Amino acid sequence: MQRLTAYLKGFNTRKALRLTNARILSQIFFFAVFIFSIWATWTSRLGGYPVSRILEMDPLVMIATMLSTGYVYRYLGWGILIIGVTLLFGRVFCNWICPYGTLHQFVGWLFNIGNAKSRIDENRYRGIYFLKYGILTVFLLMASMGALQIGLLDPICLMYRTFATVVTPATDMVIDQASLTANGMALDTVWLDNMKFKPGVNSRVFVGSFWIGLVIVGLVGMNIIIPRFFCRVLCPLGALLGVFSRFSLFRINRDVHKCTDCNLCLSRCEGAADPQGKLRLSECFSCMNCIDDCPEDALSFSMVKLDTKQVVPGPDMSRRRLVFAGILGLLAYPFIKNHGVNTNENFSPKLMRPPGSVEENAFLSKCIKCDQCINACPTNVLQPATYQEAGLEGLWTPVMNFKIGHCQLKCTLCSEVCPTGAIRKITVEEKLGKGTYTEEGPIRLGTAFFDVGRCLPHAMEIPCVVCEEVCPTSPKAIQTKDEEAKDVYGNIVVLNKPFMVPDLCIGCGICENECPVKDQRAVYVTAVGESRSDERKLLLKSRGEVA
Amino acid sequence: MNRRTFFRRISTVGGIAGAATYLAAAPENWPLSLRDKSGLRSVPQHTPFSLRDYRVEKPFGKPDVGIGRQGTPQEKLMAALDAIGGIKHYVQPGDIVLLKPNVAFDRAPNLGATSNPELVELIIKMLLVDCRAQEVRVADNPIESPADCFEKSKVRFATEKGGGRVYLPDSNAFKMLNTPGAELIEHWWFFQRPFTNVDKVIGLAPVKDHNLCHASMGIKNWYGLLGGTRNQFHQDIHGIVSDLSIMIRPTMTILDGTHILMQNGPTGGDPSNVKPGHTVIASVDPVASDAWAFEHLLERGRDYPQYLFKAEEKGSGSINWDGRIRIV
Repeated sequence: MQRLTAYLKGFNTRKALRLTNARILSQIFFFAVFIFSIWATWTSRLGGYPVSRILEMDPLVMIATMLSTGYVYRYLGWGILIIGVTLLFGRVFCNWICPYGTLHQFVGWLFNIGNAKSRIDENRYRGIYFLKYGILTVFLLMASMGALQIGLLDPICLMYRTFATVVTPATDMVIDQASLTANGMALDTVWLDNMKFKPGVNSRVFVGSFWIGLVIVGLVGMNIIIPRFFCRVLCPLGALLGVFSRFSLFRINRDVHKCTDCNLCLSRCEGAADPQGKLRLSECFSCMNCIDDCPEDALSFSMVKLDTKQVVPGPDMSRRRLVFAGILGLLAYPFIKNHGVNTNENFSPKLMRPPGSVEENAFLSKCIKCDQCINACPTNVLQPATYQEAGLEGLWTPVMNFKIGHCQLKCTLCSEVCPTGAIRKITVEEKLGKGTYTEEGPIRLGTAFFDVGRCLPHAMEIPCVVCEEVCPTSPKAIQTKDEEAKDVYGNIVVLNKPFMVPDLCIGCGICENECPVKDQRAVYVTAVGESRSDERKLLLKSRGEVA
Repeated sequence: MNRRTFFRRISTVGGIAGAATYLAAAPENWPLSLRDKSGLRSVPQHTPFSLRDYRVEKPFGKPDVGIGRQGTPQEKLMAALDAIGGIKHYVQPGDIVLLKPNVAFDRAPNLGATSNPELVELIIKMLLVDCRAQEVRVADNPIESPADCFEKSKVRFATEKGGGRVYLPDSNAFKMLNTPGAELIEHWWFFQRPFTNVDKVIGLAPVKDHNLCHASMGIKNWYGLLGGTRNQFHQDIHGIVSDLSIMIRPTMTILDGTHILMQNGPTGGDPSNVKPGHTVIASVDPVASDAWAFEHLLERGRDYPQYLFKAEEKGSGSINWDGRIRIV
């Protein structure tokens, strides 16, 4: 009680309402919105909620896809909002909204405990911080030629990707264990199971997700060496906003008459923006820490005119550096395109894209590797592509792995959450080729084939036909020929030998998924015959109604 | 170092070393021994559990199979249940009841591949209101994504409307079940979690075409409680289906003959494969009711699937339904 009254006496309204506290609230809010978006991206929770909105608000996604495709897809215009905010207040996005920025700041706050002097030194501007502008130049030049790679480093894409493939399965694994232990103590944990990111399914796995996890651990870990390493050195979105922030109305202003050059404003400066000297406007995250830390009250966030004696307005990007980055960008495009792993002649048979995907070249100019589709997929069939399937250019883009799951007939969730239209929004009607889409026919993801040397009825005279049973088309694309045979033990067995009707196959992969020849399936789907591409077609035409 | 310290140190080190040596080297059957001479001791063992028999003796003089063919689905259900003695005879107040519909595929209810949600809701309400059951659980391990199957088949909505609770197959929902006398599944992974403390079990199965075993009805419905690599069982489909009839001894089996999937089963996919059946069956002899449904609902005569004969051999009921049914 005494403590409480003492606390209330000491409570200072002005202190409590200071900008840094507002900032922390904003960061908590947007981080919670981000987690909630990830959580709500699940088949039983999606009810038309804008779960990809944070991606759609990302102006780098808007600008880069506009350069690569010439158009602005669906909700990507939301990016203008963040540009508008930047034009008013500078790079507030980085320190008030960005969930990745929040994560970095939080980790730095936890682990970077040095004395005031070392922290001041850590937060001085360094030459290497120009690098992000170089990265941005390279990415934007590549995008303007049609190779979209921003997703590798865009913080929002990176965050969504990491949560989809690394964080959510890990969290669910922990909850599963906790729930199992609680069940052992006769506690009812159904509510806890329903709280999981992905309730009611087997543990989800993501091929190669180790590397995605390693990237985030590495980048976040770098905070210990250079605070906000990613944000200061690598972030292309921060760089883009840094370009815009020179026009911002508000900025940090130092009253040179009050300033005693004590450098304390550097002790928690997130952006390394030199508030103690000439403020580097394009580096400043508007975190407001310097205002708190100034013992003389010399700093304020105010609307003052741009004075180049007090402020370095633009990025630290000389003309030479810009030309050098430009040359790298121009080279990167042919380098990555001529790598030859994902062309119409030499594409991997395993390169099967989710339903609604546009033709492969257009796909690569739209996909930002955010992996929201993978997050939404209820069967775990969508996987981040490895080098083997999609080459360097398509790394971590979505591919289907039918050993892990299958594409559910009446599901179009991936197309609903895709922010960029790499997977175009489709309806179930369009996917199945019903109603107004009868003429186009169903969307085909690939074609199934039999490996008769491994198929139980074909090669070993053992009955099976799980593939026929689960084939979802009507009439079934896998049918059977009934044959009576005498096996090597002298038993008379009736074999329903399965065979394929390619005209009916939609490439959903449930046959491959359910095939009991588990290591190398006796029925398997490959990409040829996919309906999104004229170049990768198989059949000239459908042969008509099945008799 | 004086003598006292020396002895103290020596005895501490000696004690720790001695204890460690005992743990590591004592014969396996000695208490606390950690020794694993063959390497087999460290192989994980799954202690199997057993299911109890959920059957209830039917009232004297009642038939084994009640068939409702008149009026609304509710009237058909009531008629079928009343014929075998009324549901209140089978479920006591305070019971926890597990209802097992067939929700194997991500299909709309009118395609006949899944249990009719209307019946799911009716049965749950009946159990909770008329029988005053404590709790009704609805569980299935579908072939496609569980959440979607329950959603699109409308079974989740019906369950929640009726006041029941859906159990989805989480990765930790399975335990090793021991079924004595089974050919293939003497020890097999079973969707155990919803069975915790359950008193009564009711199966609610659609009547469907099935290429390999000819028909999927009341007994085949229990396939949806298996875990593990269950797709191997197609190598002996009649063996496994007859095993299912002894794996679980349900309180009753209700056959949903409202939408009958006549062809392209068990997935269906087109309304033209479905025929209205206007029938609900309640049965305490799953073999007899399957046989009747095969003959009269799927209209395939008396050339019964082999698994029914095998189930009869295993003592799960008898095919000959003559004189043991009542059609209302």
